[in-house]
Order: sequence, then structure tokens, then C-alpha cells
Amino acid sequence: MFETLMLSRMQFAANISFHILFPTITIALSWFLFYFKLRFVQTGEPVWMRAYRFWVKIFAITFAIGVVTGITMSFQFGTNWPKFMETVGNIAGPLLGYEVLTAFFLEAGFLGIMLFGMNRVSARVHTLATLIVAIGTTLSAFWILALNSWMQTPQGHEMRDGVAFPVDWLAIIFNPSFPYRLSHMVVASGLTAAFLIAGISAYRLLKGDDKQAPKLTLKIALTVAMVLAPLQIFIGDMHGLNTLEHQPQKIAAMEGVWHTEKGAPLLLFAIPDEQNKTNHFELAIPKMASFILTHDLEGEIKGLNEFEGNHPPVAPLFFAFRIMVGVGMLMLIISWLSRIQLWRNKPLPTWLLRVLVAMSFSGWLATLAGWYVTEIGRQPWLVTGILTVKDAATDIAPGNVALSLSLYLILYVVLMTAYLHTIFTMANRAVEIEEITDDEKVKPVVHSMPIKESNYV
Amino acid sequence: MFEADSLAVIFVSLMGFSLLLYAILDGYDLGVGILLPLKQKDDSDTMIASIGPFWDANETWLVLAIGLLLIAFPAAHSHIFKELYLPTAVLLISLVLRGVAFDFRAKAAFSHKPTWNKVFKVGSLLAAMSQGYMLGMYVMGFEDTLAAYAFSLLSAFGVAAAYAYIGACWLIMKTEGALQVQAVNWAKKTGLICFIGVIAVSAVNPLINPDVYAKWFAWPTTLYILPLPVLCFALFVYSQIQLKQLPAVDDKGCWRPFVAAVVIFSLCLFGLAFSFFPYIVPGKLTIWESAAAPESLSFILWGAIVVVPVIISYTIFSYRVFWGKVQELRYN
Repeated sequence: MFETLMLSRMQFAANISFHILFPTITIALSWFLFYFKLRFVQTGEPVWMRAYRFWVKIFAITFAIGVVTGITMSFQFGTNWPKFMETVGNIAGPLLGYEVLTAFFLEAGFLGIMLFGMNRVSARVHTLATLIVAIGTTLSAFWILALNSWMQTPQGHEMRDGVAFPVDWLAIIFNPSFPYRLSHMVVASGLTAAFLIAGISAYRLLKGDDKQAPKLTLKIALTVAMVLAPLQIFIGDMHGLNTLEHQPQKIAAMEGVWHTEKGAPLLLFAIPDEQNKTNHFELAIPKMASFILTHDLEGEIKGLNEFEGNHPPVAPLFFAFRIMVGVGMLMLIISWLSRIQLWRNKPLPTWLLRVLVAMSFSGWLATLAGWYVTEIGRQPWLVTGILTVKDAATDIAPGNVALSLSLYLILYVVLMTAYLHTIFTMANRAVEIEEITDDEKVKPVVHSMPIKESNYV
Repeated sequence: MFEADSLAVIFVSLMGFSLLLYAILDGYDLGVGILLPLKQKDDSDTMIASIGPFWDANETWLVLAIGLLLIAFPAAHSHIFKELYLPTAVLLISLVLRGVAFDFRAKAAFSHKPTWNKVFKVGSLLAAMSQGYMLGMYVMGFEDTLAAYAFSLLSAFGVAAAYAYIGACWLIMKTEGALQVQAVNWAKKTGLICFIGVIAVSAVNPLINPDVYAKWFAWPTTLYILPLPVLCFALFVYSQIQLKQLPAVDDKGCWRPFVAAVVIFSLCLFGLAFSFFPYIVPGKLTIWESAAAPESLSFILWGAIVVVPVIISYTIFSYRVFWGKVQELRYN
């Protein structure tokens, strides 16, 4: 039925897709938490602490899934892609090594203090621990994106007997696509976390929560989304231009350009036909693709015909790219619409709150679609020009890979169900339970029965 | 710049060091998971609270150890994990399950808590057993024989017992009252099983590997290496004697069994390393044959020299922050 290569690809895609969802949230959520904590220290307003305490639990659970699904990755390179490390291990190894040494330990080492140490260390040390965790998550993105970008646009190495050796580490790390990919991913994480916070806060408001904390977090999240959404479009455009320079075949597939043409139209929709090398049902804006990519209405865009046998499959790229851009545009519209409404001091209408709830995980969709564009867009190469995916694969019996893949898929379905269920359970619990505890610096508040929220882990 | 030959030795030592720290640190928290009682709710909460702030960082040592194998000895990494493909998958899935169960048990709907407790316990047990199984297959040189599978299965139970043992010793140190008494009992029993397991592995290893036999029983090396098994034996005896006297007045010496277990773990790992060095895949691949390029290893070594001491110091800091008997875990 399936061969080991195909099964290994499916397994890697499943593992990395599931894993990336969680760091995408925690990279930026950690900075939100640092901000909440910092504001609490500055103002002494208990609402900041309540926001912190609610979101730190969601952070903990998201982080835990990120850590344990990440362990899988460190085994998988060797088990399923042995030639990868044998060919480019001299480059990939140290970058992964630095990620573990500088980022993983930093996050995990201070996470305990951040989560459970508030009463055991001074406020300053606790805030510092929160900051260090945030720095750790971001550093982790730095190293892993350096490696991924090097695989897309390798430089700074030399080949000896078919094995890559490092020559210039700075050139390897700061390879041409790295700055764009890193900023694109960090901002994607910011948008993902912002829409998650906005969505869950909106959910609490819809459930009749009239506490201050969800209103505050909704406002902050929308402010961040409002700034990041246009910024992301700008960065995405620069990233696209960079790709056009270094991986033109990827752009040709994304835009569905089968033959080199001047004044290429921007396809809003089409059904690419790989067999006949053409598109059906095109809906296009004339000359726009040329204008966006070359800033010239008559600019030339290289078509897939120039990369015969050396370009990625067209349909997945074409559609994934449109999903990413579509979600991004929706984020832009909704964040501006909601934030302006709040700015005019009007409460958000129910339909808008519902849209925000529906968009809680929209960042995941856009991020995954974006990664599919960049990763499928590198095919047939694993490392551009150095190693193809086919040559890197293992020779393990397909039955074994099929078994492990099935186990992973079942596991992921269970985990995702439990994760989503738990987040909404926590939101519901926060609606029902008064969150004020005695050890907060509260102005005298009249409460008939202050019920403590269960802080128990 | 370092020499290629010494780099391989430095990196295999670093890897051994991470593996040892992993076995000790994740060992005790996997052990606590294995011992988790499903009926007494309060005890299970206290036990989980004792490992709460640490387990994330503990597991990172596995990522470092496997990462170092991948980075420094890529050929060995793919050889070993191709042989151990399915047990590795079981290990990873168990680690994922227990990791998330730790968080879900407290945060999901209260009615689901007993289920997540079970997942945590079974996940911990399976993770420990798959590690033991992998160790057994490694020692047996990945042979495809009935004897190899039987031995690996035995090793699976041995490692689970060893983790339960160090987990029980951890609990003696971190808890009080009835739970501490219970932990002492656990430590006595698992310590005995662990002792038998260590003897079994030590006996089988030289018997099936002629190279290992030659190493241990070559005069005068035997003389130098003799203190290792003697000390290990003495520590097991010492630990059992200590356990008889616990819990003591004012909790005197509650830390002694844990320290004894740490030293036993270190001696066993050193013994294994001594048996196989310089082979990284027993009988097939030496560290020098499988080492990565010296320019890559130098690049990462400079970082490691700076970063590893920092990691160790903030790990110590974190243990100091949560020093003493365990308290209720609160997010504040």
C-alpha cells in the first residue's frame, strides 16, 4: 500500500504540525504574561494579577504539550530521516544543540518558579523568572528558524564527499531567508496569542462574566492584534519578495503561474491542474501579481515551465497560501472593527463577540497554512540543492512506520479534544468563581462570601 | 579549536553526564508517577505537588542527551533508533501522555481527574519500562533472539523498579506523616527489586559480551574497578539499614536514602560506560568512527562550556526555592 517514504513524510508532517501549534501560542503568550505581571508590579491593581493567574494556567498546559510533543522531534530525525543528519548534521546539529542549551533549559528551568514560586521568591525574582521564560521561548524560535531557513536557502558551508561542512557560522545563521522567516513567525505567534486571548475573553463575556479581567484582556489583545495584523502583511510581502529572489519556483507555484509571463494577473481563486499545466475557473485581477512581486505592472514572473521536474506540487501551495492570506485579512478587519468600537467606548455587540470566539484559534489555521506553503514549497528538496526528501528517508519496514503513525494520530486526536475541552472548562470556571483572594493588594471590597478560586494544580 | 579525537571523548562524556542527570531527575519523577496511589486522593495530590515545579526541566535532560547523540554521533543515533524504532515510539507516546496528564488532571473538569491520574500512572510506568527495554536491547547488541527479548523485558521491569525506588526515596525526603511511612515501605521493596536487577544486568552483560568480560576481568584493571561493585553493594545495604530507622525523630537523615540512590545510579551508569567504551553502538561503531565534524563540535562545545554551568546553577537555584517539605501547589 503505502511505502516507508510516504508514511515517514506523513508522520513527520503530523508530528511537526501538531507540535508547532503549541509553541506558536506560548512564544507570544509568555510576553503577554510578562506584561500583565509587570503592570501588576507597577500599579498594584489586582485585576492585572487576575489576568495573569488565569492566563498562566493556559500557558502551563500549552507549554506542557509543546514540551512533550517536542521531545518526539529529537528522536525522529534519526529514526525516519537518517540521511538528513548524515549529510547536513554538521550544520543542523549545532543549531539544534544551541536551541536545547540556550532555550529549552532556560524555559524549563524558570518555568517552575514562574508557575509555582510566587510565594517563595521575591516579587522581583518572580517577574524576572517570567521574563526569562519569555526570552527562552523566543530564543527557541530564533534557533529553529535559523535551521529551517538554512534548509531553504543554504549558505556558509562547503560540500566535501557529499557531506556539508560549516565554513562561516554567521553566514549559516543569518542566511538570506532567516530574518524574514523569523519576523514572520514571531508576529504570527503574536497574532495567534492575541486572537486566543481575545476569543476566550469574549467567550467569558458572552457567558455573562462581568468581572474586569476579561474586559481588560480583550482590550489589550485587540490592541496588539490591530497593530500586528497590518505589520504581518508588510512582513509577509517582504518575505515573498525574498522568496522570489531565492526560491522563484515556490512563488510560481503559490501564484499558479505555469508559464513565464509579463504583467501576470493576481489569482484570487482558481483550480490548478497539474496534468495539463493550466488553471480552471480563474478569478483574477489583471497585472496585480506582477505589480505586487516586482512593483511594476509589466514585470516578468518566472513560470513553472522554467523549473521542470524541480518544482513543488502546485495545488497545495496555491490553496494553503490563499487560506493564510484570507485568514490574515479577516484578522485585520475584525481586530480593527472591534478595537475601534471599544475605543468609542461602546461594548462589543454579541455577533462580534461570537465572531471573536469563533476566531480563537484562527492563528493556528493561518500559521499551519503558512508553514505548509514554505515547507511543501521546498519540495522536492529537504535541503535546497543538497539533499532531496526521497534520499533522506529511512529503510525501516513500512509496517512499523504505519503502526507508529497510527498511534500518533490517535494520540493527537485525544490530546486536541482534551486541550480544547480543558481551556473552555477553565473559562467557564472563571466565569462562575469569584477570583479575588485575600493576599492580593485589594482595596476594601465588600463580599458576602469570597470564594477562592481553586488554585490547586 | 579542539582535536577531533578528544572532541569525541568530551562529547561522549557530556552525553553520559546528561543521561545520568536524566536518569536521576526524571527517574524520581517517573518513579513518583509509578507509585501514584489511585485511591487516596490527598496522597496523590501531595505526591504530584512534590514533582510539579521540576518535571519539565527534568525531561529536558533527555532532550539534551539524545540531542548530543544526534549532534555529535549522528551515525550512531540513526543506527540505535532504527533498531529501537517501536520501543522509542512507545516511550515518546508515554512521555506525552504523562506530561499532559499532569496538567489536565488539575485543570480539566473535576470528574475527569481520576482518569488523568490513571493516565499519569500508566504513562510513567510505560515510559520507564520502554527505557529499560531499550537499555536491555542495547546491552544485548540489538540481537534478534528470544534470549535478547527476555533479557530486555527483565531490564524493563528492573528500570521501572529503579525509578520507583529513587521516586520513593524522593518522597521520603519531601513528605511527612503517613505518606512518608508509606514511602519508606515502597523504598524497601523497590530497593530490593532494583538490587536484584542490577546484579542480573551485571552478570549477564560480561557473560554475553566477550569484550566486556575481557575488560572487567583483566588484571590489574579488575583491581582498580573492584571498588565500583563493592561500593554499589555497600550502598544498597546502607540504604536498607537507613530505611529501617525511618521515619526518625525530627526527620533526621530523611535525605540519606535519596543520596544513596543517586550514588547507586551514578555507579551503575559508570559501570555501563566502562563496559562499552569506546563503542557507542556495542561491537559495531566506536565514538571516533561516528563523530561529527570537529569544526561543528568545537562550535557547540564553546557554547556548552559557557551555558552548562549556568544551567546547573539555575537548576540548583530552582531546587533551593522549592527546598523542604512539599506544600500545596498554587499558581501564586
